[in-house]
Amino acid sequence: MKHRPNAKEVIARRVAQELRDGDCVNLGIGLPTMVAAYMSPSVRVHFHSENGIMGMSPLPGEGLDDPCLTDAGGRPIGALPGASAFDSAFSFGLIRGGHLDVTVLGGLEVDEAGHLANWMVPGRMVPGMGGAMDLVTGPRRVIVAMTHRSPSGSKLVKRCSLPITSLRRVDLVVTELAVIEPTATGLVLKETAPGVTVRDVFEATEAALKIAPGLERAA
Amino acid sequence: MKNPALIADVVAMIPDGASLMIGGFMGSGSPVLLIDEIVRQRKRGLTVIANDTARPGIGIGKLIDAGAVSKVVTSHIGTNPKTQQLMLDGALDVELVPQGTLAERIRSGGFGLGGVLTPTGVGTLAAAGKRTLEVDGQTFLLETALKADFALVAARRADYDGNLEYALTARNFNPLMAMAGRTTVAEAEQIVPVGAIAPDAVVTPGILVRYLVRRAST
Repeated sequence: MKHRPNAKEVIARRVAQELRDGDCVNLGIGLPTMVAAYMSPSVRVHFHSENGIMGMSPLPGEGLDDPCLTDAGGRPIGALPGASAFDSAFSFGLIRGGHLDVTVLGGLEVDEAGHLANWMVPGRMVPGMGGAMDLVTGPRRVIVAMTHRSPSGSKLVKRCSLPITSLRRVDLVVTELAVIEPTATGLVLKETAPGVTVRDVFEATEAALKIAPGLERAA
Repeated sequence: MKNPALIADVVAMIPDGASLMIGGFMGSGSPVLLIDEIVRQRKRGLTVIANDTARPGIGIGKLIDAGAVSKVVTSHIGTNPKTQQLMLDGALDVELVPQGTLAERIRSGGFGLGGVLTPTGVGTLAAAGKRTLEVDGQTFLLETALKADFALVAARRADYDGNLEYALTARNFNPLMAMAGRTTVAEAEQIVPVGAIAPDAVVTPGILVRYLVRRAST
């Protein structure tokens, strides 16, 4: 039987295709971190970690774990030749100042205005925003990598019920079912995942979706 | 020239109820000996300004475990269930600040600024109770400066003048805090002769460091 990739693999693989050679990229904790594993060898990007490094390698070499070299989740990483280290104000200057090309974050909800909610569930989960508010506000391009649904329903909603992370409209949402682009006039369904129809996506989505030209026929 | 101080003597100068900035990110780059000594001396009612509270038993998490802290100003407590529980129980006051904003508020405190204008947090819960300003058509939040009675920082190397050099991502908030503490204490892995750290490699000039303590060599 053919290996059927799970939702997170599908998402990570598709997000990896969005990264261009030379991009400076911040990957959030969790699902977004998986993107690094699906990069084409011909595409070299500079991975940034907000705790203070540009040029990290997501995994340290065998036996090279260093307590002074970790990612923002506290896990050991490596530093590639050409890496640079800096303090937290500088690191967030890179983020806020528009010097990052792409940031990839997880999400709890994205709504029709392209607002992302990903930092708290009132009364249930209050971890703090960490770097998320800066990471959504500053970079040139913000990609949300999240599963299409939660146990309680669609994560693409008409209007976020959870507290939003930023007023900035995110640039792209990648789920295991679809690639969706928030625009000034609403969410546009750009692409469906292999084996997924436009109808499947509509049935799994609470938010209104417009269909990108050419997509309906292809599905 | 500073003679390395005894950790117990330095920590004895911290009164209950003091405000402390403590360097580190998930425990990496935290002054672990100073933290252990604060626990040992049973300090109480501390306000801690730090990126996170790490995990129970790790870094700043040890201060939370010990009940030494009554308030934290921090960006993230998601990795420490104890911090979250104390907050929900009303036993710990938690002020959550976006990480980049926390860095800038600390930098402002040390750099003599009243605060900074940031676009981060505009239109979110992080804007509650804060002033907004329009500059060239863009909306910013006014985020005010933070200072503390003590800054406790960790460095890879210090010289006997207190010049500090940091290691990779263990640098994080340490240099910012070294500027913003009314009294700055540096815990170094190594203390080397003056001149052994090249001027270009010094990140925190020694004039900022009031007390220098050394990690015991293993």
